[in-house]
Parts: sequence; C-alpha cells; structure tokens
Amino acid sequence: MSRLPEPTGSTGLPEQTHSAGSRTRSDQHESATSSDRGDQGDSPTLRPMSYRVARSTRSSRLFSAALGVLLITLISLPWWADNGPMRLIAEMAYFLALAQLWNLLAGYAGLVSVGQQAFVGLGGYTLFALTDWYGVHPLWALALAGLMAALVSVPVALAVFRLRGAYFAVGTWVVAEIFQLFVAQVPRLGGGSGYSLTPAIVRSIAADRGTRDQVLYWIALALAVAVTAAVYAVLRSRHGLALTAIRDSERASRSLGVDTWRTKLFIYVVTAGCTGVIGAFIFLLKLRISPASGFDVNDWTVVVIFMVVIGGIGTMEGPIVGMLLYFGLREWLADYGSWYLILLGAVAVVVMLRAQRGLWGWVESRFGLSLFPIRRQLVILPGTGQGESRE
Amino acid sequence: MSLLSTHGLCAHYGDFQALFGVDVYIERGETVAVIGANGAGKSTLLRAMIGLLPSAPAMVRLDGEPVGNLPAHDLVRRGVALVPEGRRLFRSLSVEENLRLGGDFLAPGAWTLPRVYELFPRLAERRDSPATLLSGGEQQMVAIGRALLSNPRVLLCDELSLGLAPIIVREIYARLATVAASGTTLVIVEQDISRALESADRFYCMQKGRVSLAGACGTVTVDRAALTQAYFGL
Amino acid sequence: MNVMTILIQGTLLGGLYALFAIGLSLTFGIMRVVNIAHGDLITLAAFAALVVTDTLAISPFVALGVVVPLFFALGYLLQRGLLNRTLGDSILPPLLVTFGLSVIIQNVLLEVFGANIRRLPVGNLETASLQLPAGIAIGVFPLIVFAAALICLGALQYLLYRTRLGRAFRATSDDPETAELMGIDNRHLYALAMGIALAFTALAGVLFAIRTTFDPASGPIRLIFAFEAVIIGGLGSLWGTLLGGVVLGIAQSIGAAISLEWQILAGHIAFMIILVLKPDGLFPRTQD
Repeated sequence: MSRLPEPTGSTGLPEQTHSAGSRTRSDQHESATSSDRGDQGDSPTLRPMSYRVARSTRSSRLFSAALGVLLITLISLPWWADNGPMRLIAEMAYFLALAQLWNLLAGYAGLVSVGQQAFVGLGGYTLFALTDWYGVHPLWALALAGLMAALVSVPVALAVFRLRGAYFAVGTWVVAEIFQLFVAQVPRLGGGSGYSLTPAIVRSIAADRGTRDQVLYWIALALAVAVTAAVYAVLRSRHGLALTAIRDSERASRSLGVDTWRTKLFIYVVTAGCTGVIGAFIFLLKLRISPASGFDVNDWTVVVIFMVVIGGIGTMEGPIVGMLLYFGLREWLADYGSWYLILLGAVAVVVMLRAQRGLWGWVESRFGLSLFPIRRQLVILPGTGQGESRE
Repeated sequence: MSLLSTHGLCAHYGDFQALFGVDVYIERGETVAVIGANGAGKSTLLRAMIGLLPSAPAMVRLDGEPVGNLPAHDLVRRGVALVPEGRRLFRSLSVEENLRLGGDFLAPGAWTLPRVYELFPRLAERRDSPATLLSGGEQQMVAIGRALLSNPRVLLCDELSLGLAPIIVREIYARLATVAASGTTLVIVEQDISRALESADRFYCMQKGRVSLAGACGTVTVDRAALTQAYFGL
Repeated sequence: MNVMTILIQGTLLGGLYALFAIGLSLTFGIMRVVNIAHGDLITLAAFAALVVTDTLAISPFVALGVVVPLFFALGYLLQRGLLNRTLGDSILPPLLVTFGLSVIIQNVLLEVFGANIRRLPVGNLETASLQLPAGIAIGVFPLIVFAAALICLGALQYLLYRTRLGRAFRATSDDPETAELMGIDNRHLYALAMGIALAFTALAGVLFAIRTTFDPASGPIRLIFAFEAVIIGGLGSLWGTLLGGVVLGIAQSIGAAISLEWQILAGHIAFMIILVLKPDGLFPRTQD
C-alpha cells in the first residue's frame, strides 16, 4: 500500500472531510473528529485522510506580525517625527495604492491600461468642483470623487473594451487625453491654467496646519492600507478565482461559464473608483490642479507601471517592492534630471525580458516566500491519510 | 547510413511527455508508414523529425548528422518537408501563392509549379481562388504540392486522409505513388491500416509514445493479430 | 474659412497621419504586436534628420537618404536583438518592453537635445501654395506629404501582394509555424518587417518635422494619431489606414475651424464615435 497521502479527500467518509475541506480555516479539532469517526466507521483498510484548505503560510503569519509593528510605527509617526518624512511617506502611500490598483487591472485582469491618469485627474477635479461650487466637506468629497470616477468609468469601459490587448492600452490613453483636453475647455475649472483650493476649504479639514498635515498623513496611510486590503479581498473572492482563470486562459474559462466580460468590467469600475479617490486625495494634498498635472501620464501611469513591472506584476508584494525601489532610486538620482526615468525604463525592459514576474516573482520562486497568500493550499493533517492497514 | 533516423527520441509538450525513446530509420527511396491509434505519438514523431518540436541534437539524424536541435526552417533547407495535419494552408494567400511559397525561399529543383499542376490538374483551374475556398481534397493537394515545391529528399505526410471522402483519398494516394516513383522518400502517417500497408514498403506501429511493432508491408509477413495488439494495445 | 478648404486641408493632413500609421499597421499585421514606442521613434527620426541636416548642411529631403536606411537598420536590430524575445502567448512583454523603450527614447532625447521646440527648415516650400479657383489655396508641402503617403501605400501594396517577401509576410501573419515549414526563418522575417516599418516611420518623422514643430515629448500624441487612423480605418487594412488618416485629419480641421484648442479634441471625439458605432473600423479586413 502506498504511503503517500491520497490526493483527494477521505475515501471512507467523504461528507465529513468535505465539510472540513470546504472551510478556509478549519481547525485541527474538527478534522480530528472526522478521522476519529473514520476509525469507528466501517472503512476496513484505509484510515480516512483529513486535510484542510489553507491559505496562510508560515512566512505570511510572520509577515502579518511585522506588518502590525510597522503600521503602529507609521501611525504614531506624527507624534515623534517632523514634516519631511511624513510628506514622503504620504506620497509613498498613495503611489503604493495606485500601484496596487494598476496591478489588479493589468496583472490580474489583463487590462493593461495606460490611461489611469484619466481617473486620477477626474477625482481631483471632482473634489475641487464639489468643495468649491457646492461647499461639500473635503473628506466627503473624497468619497464622492470615487463614486464619480466609478460612474464615468462605465461608459468609458463600454467603448474601450471593444479594443484588445495593446490597442486597449492606447485606447485608454486616448480617453485620458480627451478628459484633459475637455477640462481645459471649462472656464469654471480654471481652463488650461488650473485651479486652486481656497484657504477656507483647506481650513475646513482642520484649523491649524499641524493638525491638517497629521489628518492628511493618516488618510494617506489609510488609503494605502484600505486599497491593499481591498485588492487582496477581491483576489481571494470568487472574482479573484475568475480572474486567475481568465489570466491563465480566457477561452477556457469562458467555456467553463466564467463571465469574463462582467468580471473585467467589475474590476475596471472598482479600480477606476479607487483611483478617483486617490486622485482626489493627491490634489487635496497638493492644493492645486491643472489639466497637465491632473492627467499627467508620466506621474500617474508611467511611474506606476514601472513600480509594478519591476516589483513583480501579478503579485501582491510586487507593487510594494517596486514602490520602495522607485523612491530609493528617485532619491538617489535626484540630481540627475530625468536619468532616473531612463534607468527605470531600462530596468523594466530587462525585467520583462529576463524575469517576467519581477523582483518579487524571483524571490517567490527562489525562496517560496508568499506574504499575501492567494492560492489555496491543501494541508494534509499529521497522523492521517497514511493509508495504513488497520487489520 | 539512413537518410533520416531517430535515436531514443523523447519529446515533450510542456510537462507532458509524448514520445519515450523512439527509434526509427528511413532509407533513401523507400516509403515508410507510421500507424497507430489517436494520441499514439505519430504526429509528434513527424513534428520532432522536422524540428517543430526541439529535442536533443543526437536524437534526430539526417544523413547521419545530428539535427535534433535545429529549427524547422533549417531542416526544410536540408531537404525535409512536412504536409502538416489539417493541411494548414495560408488563408490570406491564393492557391498559387500557397504553392509558390513552398519553393520561394529554397533552391530550385525538379519540382516546379507546372509539374505540380501536372500532378494535380484541378489546382491549375483554381489557381487564383483563395486557398480556403477549396474542397478538402483540393486543399490537401495544395498542401502536398506546396511541400513538393521545396524539392524535399524526404516528404513527411501527416494524416492525408483525414476528413476526406474515400474516392478522394484513393486519388491522393495514387498521386503519392507517382511522387514515390520519382525517387522521393516518403513517410506516411495514417490511421487507416490497410491503406498504409498497401502504400508503404515498411511500417512502424506506435502506441503510447513508443514503437510497438515494426516490419515490412508484404501481405504475407504482416501478422494481423500482432498488429491489432500493437495498434490497440489489447 | 470655407468648407472646401477645411475638407482639402483635412484630407492632406490625413496623408501625414496615414504615414504615421503605416509602420504601426505593418508590425501589428505581421507580428500581432503594437509598438508603444512608435510615436517616439517618429520623433527620434525627426531629431536624427535635424542632426544630419545640421552637420552635413544638406536639405532635409536629402537627409532622408541617410535617415531612412539608418532606421531600417535600427528596426532590424531592435526586432532581432530585443523584441523577438518578447513574442509569445502573453501580450504583456511586448507591450511593456516597447512602453519602456518609449520612456527611454523620450528622456534620452530630453537629456541630449533639451526641451526646446524644433523644426526642420526647407525654405520657401514651407509656405508655398497653389491657388485654385474660388479662392481655395492648397499648401504645396502638405500636397507633397499626401503624395508621399499614396506612394508609400502603393509601394507597400506592391510589396505585400506582388513579391515573394510579401507572400512570406502574409503567410507568417496567418500561421507562423507553418511558415517555418516553407523554409522561412520567422525571426529574420520579423526583423525585416520591423526594419521596413521603421523606414516608413523615418520618412513620416522627417516630413512631420518639416510640417510642424517638434520636441522630445511629441512622440505619444503621434502614436495616438497613428493608432486612431489604424482603428478608424479598420485593423490590418492597408487603404483603410489612408481613409482613417483622412477621417481623422478632416475631424481635426473641422475642430481647428471652431477654435485651435478643439483641433485635437475633435479628432479624438471622431475616433470615439467610430469606435462605439463601428468597432471594426470603416474598412474592415475581409479575410481574417
């Protein structure tokens, strides 16, 4: 008799093991019960094997702990650090959020957009218009800007989804160009030269500057954490499974009844909405917006794409690694003009040629590390499923 | 020295192994049939022989030289041609363009466009029609003619009779006999055992990626029971 | 400005956009790859012509004799050395590698030439015009550009449908594996295709640099114009590309007649309307 565990559940008691298997986090307890019952049952030769489906790994649990410590440190930063690092970390936070979103869109849903700046600018302008024209509180306006971006993204999707692959990429870019040119035609939005938030609106966040900086800093952190968590949640959901299926083979998953178009639309709209919130926040921080800055392809898309590609497209960790690397490189090459962009471009090209899953993909395959486990793993519980004969 | 031979040939599609140590040899001027059930590895063998499926260099030899790692276009230049399964005509090219392309990038030889039209007169009438508008039999003739225009020393034919009416199959095999008579070495993959044994000098029978039986095709020498066993693995 | 003038100017402008689109259309048709750096290569050609005219003190038209072969070689090497490695099942590598190239070219040009706006001078030709009855004037240079577009498309038509190389291109586009069975080395063939595409791109870049000003950042919008012309005309259709360019050019002329800011916006809007109403373009390829 083979000493290897059977690849499927118990041969003796399918119901019990199935109920254990269908849980994401069944505990040892329940499984032990099922195998005990197996002993009493009339399965003569095989001890039923117990298993659970798990997604957490040892490294991911360690990582969670480290993440907790890091978060507490970052949250408490305003009480012990000065403005410089706060401003930098806020910027890192919103870039991380943008990178996670682009990665979800391109790395998981296969929607390689080069036009996400459309929703950054749209979010920014919505916030400026709502606060200035209708006196909406800036923090409320953040949420409404996201809603606006999500709403607008639906008709946009209906148009650009007619394009495939690389043509989709350029199509999204055209949409962003249209937004930019259109906004420049609206005098109430400052036309081509731009638009500033009035001091009254700024003061409505918090009266004094110190508190305001703290509040904005915490919002930046919250956005980065919320977006990362949301992307993680989407990937672990049914939509996430559908996405992985689509990415692996669009035709096959369609034939299995996965509605690829709807799943992609869902991802596109959610991503646009979140990008809108971040865009609104970015320009709440900057206090000034113009068509050129709001819809800047370099700042809001090119840089973000490089972060994701270099860090590792199609991995949750990639955007984090890429973001850290980008800021490191930017600080390091600050005195060399646009050379850091040239270097980033070159690194991205090399990564795409040599290690398509980026730096993190390399780490993952080399060391088997996974900090954000998405795949479900079958864990065979010890002492069961050895297939020993009881007679 | 054989014209074309394989030596312990193994081939993989990704993680899936399709051939397990296949040894075959093809002598100059002979016609060899490769028979076997679906999925036995016949097409894979032809694809590996012509370099569409890479293998270790010494696993495939042409004139005794190791060629297993060479790309297909290189092997075509060295005198191997394949009539692929399903014909694979170029759909945006006309009949004549499909035929011409067979010889466009290769040294000229005995097979010319007029000679191919002589072999398959029906194609001359349809020369300007898009290749995919032809009937299945005519398409198969284009695929054979296209391969012949590369002036191969050995022509590999993959499932010529697939999806064709028996009368057409007979016609095609009759023309193939003419080709063989002109001195071209033929390797014919075929599911129809009788058809294969009738047209070939020798045969290999494959099963699950291995050669399960080999022999000469003379009616007396083929043991039908052994062949059935080798074919179906019963 | 009367309607006739707008239509004629738009049509002539469309010739330039068709020239932009030829390279993009050719590489997509044969390799199924969209070169995101296409617009930046147009700009690179303009700068290359600038350097050649300055150092050799020759006319931009003569400089074409240097820049076009140079770009053919560049295209061949780029495809052979870099882009062939990105071909496969996933669209991400070719897309992101050419995207990276786009950013690299833009920023290298910026570092080398600075952000100044440039133009290739051709003397009187820039302003020369033909007077037609009813007060319509046609610029001589736009007419030359349009004629160049017609000649290029005609040449490409000849190449694709009357030569053995053209047969090989079409065959490889249909079925690259079976093309290998014809003794065709696809890697070489793809490199030739990119070389030819960039030769056309170089011509487009130089003519564009004579017609309008350019700077290191003017690549992306050229890519977008080329892309719009290709999609409006219908993917993979040769003469559709010209039609697409003309539709885009006329839309832009109409926009420009309203106000200068509306020129580009009107082109984009025309593109979006056609994308929504007729996603296969005005001139869809019949054999596919």
